[in-house]
Amino acid sequence: MSNILEFVWLIPVLPLIGFLINGLGRNNLSRGLAGMLGSGVVLASFIISILVFIQVKNGVSFDKSYFDFINISSLQLGFEFKVDALSSLFLLIITGVGFLIHVYSTAYMHDEPAKDFAKYFSYLNLFVFSMLLLVMGGNFVIMFIGWEGVGLCSYLLIGYWYKKEENTDAANKAFIMNRIGDLGFLLAVFWIIAKLGSVNYDVVFSAASLAKFSATDITGITLLLFVGATGKSAQIPLYTWLPDAMAGPTPVSALIHAATMVTAGIYMIARSNALFSLSEVTMTVITIIGLATALVAASIAIRQNDIKKVLAYSTVSQLGFMFLALGTGNYVAAVFHVLTHAFFKALMFLGSGSVIHAMGGEQDIRNMGGLHKHMKITSITFLIGCLAISGIPGFSGFFSKDEILAGAYAAHGYGKIIYAVALFTALLTAFYMFRLYFMTFTGKFRGTHEQEHHLHESPSAMTLPLLLLAALSVVGGYVGIPEALGGNHVLAQFLSPVVKSATHHLEHSTEYILMALSTVLVVASIFFAWSKFKNYQAEGEATGLGRILQNKWYVDEIYAAAITKPLAALSALLHSVVEKRGIDGFVNGVGKAVNYGSRQLRLIQSGQVGAYVLLMVIGMLLLFFIQLFA
Amino acid sequence: MGSYITFPELLIWLPLLAGISCFFIKKQDAAKTMSILASLVVLGVSVASLFFTDEAKYASYNNVNYYWLKHIGSSFYLGLDETGRLLTFLTALSFPLIFITTQKNTYKNPGAFYGLMLLTMAGLMGVFIALDALVFYFFWELALIPVYFLCSKWGGEKRIQTTFKFFVYTFGGSLLMLVGIMYVYMHTPQRLFSDGSVSEHSFALQSFMSAILLPAQQQWLFWLFFIAFAIKMPVFPFHTWQPGTYDQAPTSVTMVLSGVMVKMGLFGVIRWLIPIFPSATESFANIVIILCIIGIIYASCIAMVQDNLKTLVAYSSIAHIGLMCASLFALNELSVQGAMIQLFSHGINIIGMWIVIDMIERQTGVKEISQLRGIAQKAPALTIFLVIIALANIALPLTNAFVGEFLMFSGLFKENAWYAVAAGLSIILAAVYTLRMIQKVFYGEPNAVTANVQDISFIEKASLGVIVIFIFLLGVMPQHIIEFTREAVATLIAFKK
Repeated sequence: MSNILEFVWLIPVLPLIGFLINGLGRNNLSRGLAGMLGSGVVLASFIISILVFIQVKNGVSFDKSYFDFINISSLQLGFEFKVDALSSLFLLIITGVGFLIHVYSTAYMHDEPAKDFAKYFSYLNLFVFSMLLLVMGGNFVIMFIGWEGVGLCSYLLIGYWYKKEENTDAANKAFIMNRIGDLGFLLAVFWIIAKLGSVNYDVVFSAASLAKFSATDITGITLLLFVGATGKSAQIPLYTWLPDAMAGPTPVSALIHAATMVTAGIYMIARSNALFSLSEVTMTVITIIGLATALVAASIAIRQNDIKKVLAYSTVSQLGFMFLALGTGNYVAAVFHVLTHAFFKALMFLGSGSVIHAMGGEQDIRNMGGLHKHMKITSITFLIGCLAISGIPGFSGFFSKDEILAGAYAAHGYGKIIYAVALFTALLTAFYMFRLYFMTFTGKFRGTHEQEHHLHESPSAMTLPLLLLAALSVVGGYVGIPEALGGNHVLAQFLSPVVKSATHHLEHSTEYILMALSTVLVVASIFFAWSKFKNYQAEGEATGLGRILQNKWYVDEIYAAAITKPLAALSALLHSVVEKRGIDGFVNGVGKAVNYGSRQLRLIQSGQVGAYVLLMVIGMLLLFFIQLFA
Repeated sequence: MGSYITFPELLIWLPLLAGISCFFIKKQDAAKTMSILASLVVLGVSVASLFFTDEAKYASYNNVNYYWLKHIGSSFYLGLDETGRLLTFLTALSFPLIFITTQKNTYKNPGAFYGLMLLTMAGLMGVFIALDALVFYFFWELALIPVYFLCSKWGGEKRIQTTFKFFVYTFGGSLLMLVGIMYVYMHTPQRLFSDGSVSEHSFALQSFMSAILLPAQQQWLFWLFFIAFAIKMPVFPFHTWQPGTYDQAPTSVTMVLSGVMVKMGLFGVIRWLIPIFPSATESFANIVIILCIIGIIYASCIAMVQDNLKTLVAYSSIAHIGLMCASLFALNELSVQGAMIQLFSHGINIIGMWIVIDMIERQTGVKEISQLRGIAQKAPALTIFLVIIALANIALPLTNAFVGEFLMFSGLFKENAWYAVAAGLSIILAAVYTLRMIQKVFYGEPNAVTANVQDISFIEKASLGVIVIFIFLLGVMPQHIIEFTREAVATLIAFKK
């Protein structure tokens, strides 16, 4: 058992094999086989991950380079893995939650043609593979391989139903926005290479290497890495792809939003905490961007009517909370929130899938209502998710969110202001989540008769993952019970060899007050939502602020006007003016001039002897004069 | 010397003889078979040459030196080194792929068509092997002139004006280079041949490198050579012959042009320009790099507004080549190593791209993006290959182009961070135009134009499969090609003082 770590390579390789078999055999595999294979490999990875997880406590780190990737004198780069407390925790989230999503998909995607079904599972496996590579990589380049890999997989899966243009538009948008971030990541990597000639974590984070960086280097590198994180983890200004990403099948949204992809940025910064902690500028930027994203996304979520859009903006907002934690040096809290969020967000996305499944594809919550009596498991598990994300004591989200808020409160400088804004955002969160819950599950059904007739609870392959995730959404927080509540924060101890959080010292009494305050306000917020939406009736067009929120602060429109359109216009201009008339015109002009010149020159050969003699005399005179004055 | 079956000779004479004999074949199929077989034999020779790289042990296999024009100091001097081996292998691999995948196209006067193609192949081989300036110039022209005829005889509707432009550029470039060669030649030291005869000057590469040139002379000579090579690559602003020519030339010729022939310019920089004019290189490196970076962004922007698949690929290629050229001039280990890998990767990737486009154009008669739709549904296998190749084209990790571009960008960053920032924009722009193309052409519901598109045949799958294997092989385990080209990189960067 002691050398289970020698087999960590199986964790990513198994999904890769699943991808290859399902991908190459998609025309020959039955649905059952494809689904079983796709889920089976992830389950196997999950089991190995558990064994690995047990091995790496007490600060054990498994580092191994499998072969030289690029080895030249100015850059030594191995294909290497690093498995320690931080990565093994992510391994569990990715394979565990990922597995449940795979199982759920076998039922959810059952109406797909068999060959598309296998293709779908091959993409899912590739997604898991990429994400595993990302967290297992032992250097920034291996991480980047996974980093762009998840970008690719999200592209493939968002555009899975590729016949509809809006889906492929969303897919393109996701890929391109991610690429903008990726450029930042790459530039940071180049910067590190130029300074160190290595991108291995142990080398880069060693005291000797950190000493080689100037303050500018560190701020530059960390800011560029953070640009990468804003792309992948959907922060301002690169967040707009994530809400559109719901164009893909719903389990894919769960995979992107909960288990994989968007957590990549958090992982990367937590992994590089030694670097980030050295730059106050970067930490401040991260705090501001995180907080702003949390607030803006939450405000948008209040006015969305598409069940998946609300959840999507809530993800953006929750990711903002995680960055807020990172920015205040509270790395453990960020990772903790990744964990709890993975449970309740996967739960709610899969729950929304169950609702959409029952409603025959309908996603507009204005046309739902009263679903509780038709699908009790979905409704109750969804309610648990809402309670968890709102931070009701006893549910997982309470512990992680409380830790983030307490960390913000304790931060020096503008800590109190940050806390106030974050708390307000938490209230908004409770409000829009329960607005969603009440509009969907309570009151009268507002859809068509046909839809009402078809309402049913989903099959067990879908409800079982919901139940499991619901259980995790409750108990998942108990790994991080703070000292103030008599716990000893198992998670923080587990991560302590890798992630050094800035320790904040709050009096226990202060912590109690903060907890009580947020709990009371959140409950009030839920009641407000209940009073407004328990019997929702269709309302008129929104005006004023509501309308702006409904249109997502017009950010997409602003980007189109400020970037996309000018760029297209510039390109068209370059093409028609500079290229065609300028350079090409010049070249063609030279060609024409030669032609013209030859034609004129030909005229001299007139055949008249007199003309020749004249020219000869002029020529001789010219030569004579040149001779004379030279 | 004297064995007559050295690799350089085989690589040149086989396609040359096959090409000449092809002219006498009248039948379409016979000409095709002949050229496929000949190119496969050359590929075999080239693969064999990869195993005899030890210069000390196999010197006589890899070097040729006949005296031919002793009194002017020229000899038929050929040699295979790492760069040469890499590019001759690329040439040898490309031609069979091109012949096999385009065999469904028929040509008027097939003997002449395939004959000219094989002559081009011989010319390209010669360019990558020659170590004597006169021989180099001879093969340079041998590679170009057949292309001129191929375009003007077998090209599309607008072939006359396009070929004219191609001719103006190419002829201009060659002329500048010839002037440059003659001028350097006049300043080379005396050459003593092994049989005792002496010539006043010499065309040998070694002599060119030791030519006595004042810095001021080096500086303008640099530009003569550089412009000739820049036209070939092409680098902004010497590129406008390319989109039209790629569009109008027969696809197999376009494949040769874009996959292999553009490497002539880059190779010229590696073999001739930097070694002969190291100090001028140093003083102009920044100008060249900036020119290249302008070209990268410029071409990427223009690629975004192309409606024609072929000009889209042409502009994207200008961007890629610009990056390679900039990297060569950055002249550090990272950037040059990246360029070496990319020399090969770009060649096979772009040929893969053309194979797919050729299949679409052959079946639909259309190359406008706006008229095509929904091919994925009709030809899923073709689409998968295209997506893989397109992703390699935008340098996704674990594909061959990622390794090359990653190294090139980090080399540029080391030279000057802003170079990498500016050139890096192309990473984003490339994704924009490539994904748009995939979306418009392959996704969505098929329309009247694409309703009858057939999926690819076994032989086409196999050919594209070869390309995909190279994409992943070099993308996952690039260390092999790095070791293969290590010495060439070291030699080149040694010219930076």
